[in-house]
Amino acid sequence: MKKSDPVNACFGQLPALLERDAALIQRGRFCDVDCLLGSTEQSYHVAIRAGRIIDMVPAPVLMRSWTFGYRATPDAWTAFWQPMPKAGWHDLLSLTKRGEATLEGDIKPFMTNLQYFKDLLALPRNTGGAA
Amino acid sequence: MSAYIEPMVGRYVHVDIDGTLHRIYFEEAGQGIPLVCLHTAGSDNRQWRYLLADEEFTKHFRIIAFDLPWHGKSNPPANWDGSEYRLTTKRYTQTIRAFCNALDLDKPVVMGCSIGGRIVLNLAIDHASEFRALIGLEAADFQAPWYDTAWLNRPDIHGGEVCAALVSGLVAPQSPAEARMETLWAYQQGGPGVFKGDLYFYRVDGDLRGRTKAIDTKLCPLYLLTGEYDFSCSPEDTVRTAAGITGADVTVMEQLGHFPMSEHPAQFRRYIAPVLETIKQKHIS
Repeated sequence: MKKSDPVNACFGQLPALLERDAALIQRGRFCDVDCLLGSTEQSYHVAIRAGRIIDMVPAPVLMRSWTFGYRATPDAWTAFWQPMPKAGWHDLLSLTKRGEATLEGDIKPFMTNLQYFKDLLALPRNTGGAA
Repeated sequence: MSAYIEPMVGRYVHVDIDGTLHRIYFEEAGQGIPLVCLHTAGSDNRQWRYLLADEEFTKHFRIIAFDLPWHGKSNPPANWDGSEYRLTTKRYTQTIRAFCNALDLDKPVVMGCSIGGRIVLNLAIDHASEFRALIGLEAADFQAPWYDTAWLNRPDIHGGEVCAALVSGLVAPQSPAEARMETLWAYQQGGPGVFKGDLYFYRVDGDLRGRTKAIDTKLCPLYLLTGEYDFSCSPEDTVRTAAGITGADVTVMEQLGHFPMSEHPAQFRRYIAPVLETIKQKHIS
């Protein structure tokens, strides 16, 4: 099993976890974006409309574009999804500051909906994460 | 009357800051050693409400928390023309000293958090003899930026939402939900451009590297306490700063982030109580 497999499994759960969180969908109700989310080993093209994930497929997809990308190392996601993450591994921007994640592209949709993306990508924390 | 009324009282004091009259809102409780509390960038004095309501502390300290101009209930001055708000080292220092003078405080203790922690270092450098002790929470002479402040104030992004979302990661995950919510609520309510303007001091104007070695802790004791989950002013930043100041007292606070007094008041109390006790004992002796 590759180190990234449990992380990929968590990303695979994201659409279903989001569907169970009406408050988070409400928070993202004005969010429409095609973005690239995932680990440095496997990322996903994620299409979000009105706060819902309507499509999510593993990258690369031939000639598919994205607006912004947020990718972290498999170790970073594993640490981030701990029920009580350690200091420095607990926030999307603490991961970028420590060089364990990258935020790329046109990040305006990410910043406009910052708490939405923080909460969306933390959803696996409540289900045991990747380890 | 059976309702619980909290002990702090809020009033306005008119303060001349560098020739301009400001109407400054402050809350206070207790008697004894004056303890002036400074809120973080983009927030207001509500962050100190738990300390102000702590009867063990207010037996010996007159705890005073004021809102900086443009923050909380301290409006901008009447002559503000709407130009970009920018806090500077000079103006922040003038404001604190003018407020203390306006209330005729006798050698107060000043405790500040974040930008308040940074300015406490400047008070220690330039005005130590005016203060009984200085306490810097989440304080360092400098820290590496982790986002572009231009995102904080632009018409196409909701300022309150983005300010709160940015700092939400600085709250430790152990923080009680209601305290986390309150801490972020203040950020959601800040005036447009105010958080960004405060960070002008933090990021641009207030770099104290190379100056803190001038601090004489014999003249005025200096206590630095930083939460382990603060990745903005990290424990490493504070420890590095303290290493260059002979006699500085450093504590890394577990299960706390950038807003210890408001994000987890009970946990913060464990760390600040011994500091206040030390200051009290020195005062008695």
